[in-house]
Amino acid sequence: MLRFAAIRLTESLVVLLLVSFAVYGLIGLMPGDPIDIMIQSDPKLTPADAERLKALYGLDRPIVERYGNWLGAALHGEFGNSRVNMRPVLEILWPRMGNSLMLLGISLALSLAIAIPLGAIAAMRANGVFDYGVNLACFAGFSTPPFWLALLAIILFSVTLGWLPAGGMGPAGGDPAWHESLRYMVLPVGTLTMLSVGGFTRFMRASMIQTLRQDYIRTARAKGLSEGRMVRSHALRGAMTPLVTVLGLSFGGLFSGALITEIMFAWQGMGRMIYDAILGNDYNLALVGLLFATAMTLVGNLLADIAYVWLDPRVSFRSLEAGR
Amino acid sequence: MSVAFEPVPRGAPRSMASRMARRFLEHRLALASLALLVALGMASLAAPLVELALGVDANAANLFDRFAPPSAKHLLGTDELGRDLAVRLLYGGRVSLAVGLSAAVFAAVIGTAIGILAGYFGGRPDAFLMRFTDAVISLPLLPLLIVLAAIDLEKLGLPPEIARSEDVSLYRIVVIVSLFGWTTVARLVRAETLVIRAREFVTAAVAMGAGPWRIMLGHILPNAVSPIIVATTLSVGNIILFESVLSFLGLGIQPPVASWGNMLTNAQETIWSAPMLAVWPGLAIFVTVIAFNFLGDGMQDALDPRAVE
Repeated sequence: MLRFAAIRLTESLVVLLLVSFAVYGLIGLMPGDPIDIMIQSDPKLTPADAERLKALYGLDRPIVERYGNWLGAALHGEFGNSRVNMRPVLEILWPRMGNSLMLLGISLALSLAIAIPLGAIAAMRANGVFDYGVNLACFAGFSTPPFWLALLAIILFSVTLGWLPAGGMGPAGGDPAWHESLRYMVLPVGTLTMLSVGGFTRFMRASMIQTLRQDYIRTARAKGLSEGRMVRSHALRGAMTPLVTVLGLSFGGLFSGALITEIMFAWQGMGRMIYDAILGNDYNLALVGLLFATAMTLVGNLLADIAYVWLDPRVSFRSLEAGR
Repeated sequence: MSVAFEPVPRGAPRSMASRMARRFLEHRLALASLALLVALGMASLAAPLVELALGVDANAANLFDRFAPPSAKHLLGTDELGRDLAVRLLYGGRVSLAVGLSAAVFAAVIGTAIGILAGYFGGRPDAFLMRFTDAVISLPLLPLLIVLAAIDLEKLGLPPEIARSEDVSLYRIVVIVSLFGWTTVARLVRAETLVIRAREFVTAAVAMGAGPWRIMLGHILPNAVSPIIVATTLSVGNIILFESVLSFLGLGIQPPVASWGNMLTNAQETIWSAPMLAVWPGLAIFVTVIAFNFLGDGMQDALDPRAVE
């Protein structure tokens, strides 16, 4: 168990390192680097001054060396400042990360609470009317452009009906009461849930159909368990185990969905922060935000992998290591 | 020794191909989707003719005719600059279909290469390639795509006149999306390669001295064509979604060239006064993407005889 976890952890760290190098290099290719911006704000700077400034900030060094310096500082917890806000990036990042995790967590819980029963029932009535309807709804769910769904929700619930706020996290000024902030969560959470629930439902259905064909289900039926009892105590558990793997791989997609949702509903989360930072030439903030987002999805993936082995008694950590 | 062949029963489909065709035809949803996509493709190709016939210009602003209601001249009305919405939708369809199809084909090439290599060599190369694929799947793709879409091509050494031309935003988005869209194809092709590699004809080819490249290209690839086609069709929808998101955020296809994504950017500003401008382009994306997904699903059922539920 420990060995398996250690191997997976090492792999995740390697991926994180590769992503950090790639993003570090790409950020250097963005328009408007710090020197460009200084030249813009002070037209009297001569090209020679620009060169001197580059040397002063170490921007004339080769990229690998600059990355090495950055990595060394980052490993000591020094992530630098945001250019726009003049504050340490971590100070900006933490509250944004909390807001994103809240949005993602609630929406994920809601998606699973809908997808598991829906997928299981569709599987038990495979090829019936209910199954057909669920299937159509799932296709509609993952074929909808996320920003359009958000626009439609705003048009319907905010513009036409006036029931819910179109964006933001609370009324301007002051700490809102909890039921007031809840109203601001309905549209973002609802949109994100509708985007992710279709994929989970279809996977749950396929997994449940597979499970219902297994011998141990036949045994459970043969020993006279009622259909409901059999499903609750045997089939559901068997069908949900593979769902954990899909869950692990879906965090990246969920984060992408959250980015759009946060932009559309002015939700002060991490995805929106990264987007604003890229458009506002605040590249250090963008870099650190991207790395933390990647780390978040990798941790989710890792936890799901470990949970999978823990849930499925047929898979041992030893066999997983051997099969790799 | 003689072998008695059973006569083929009357009415039964004779070949593999005709059985596939029949299963596909039974899939009414997929068939309707195919018809719709063909119609959409032809209509977008005919966009300049429609423009001519109606006497409108897709990109010319007419500030005296803003937010016009649907009429004989403007079938769906006009937008915030007085441009004809219906014709712009057709031009947007050209962009979405061109980007979706070409990026899906590039992605399929990358995915097929990775899938066959992993499945054929097995062992360490397989473990490495599949861990890599999983890592790409689990990454938060959209923020990374935004970074790629925002980089300055001049800093990559492209001459300014090319880096700033209108066409470049089209090519750039095709490249970016195909760099990340290959994962589904890779996984499916690898699974198929594992199955084909164990078949007798491959063993026979090895015994006759065929090298690994010959086996991969001459024996495995032709037999893996159907999962490749299915996975490619299924990925077109996703790619169109990614393109529309990037264009919507102002990082994909640049105005005045119409794309369904960037038409929605402007519509977002006017949803209080003209909500229908936000409905049509989104509906176009939705219908196209769901049609590709239905089509891919139907092809999967038709091509895979094992997938009978």
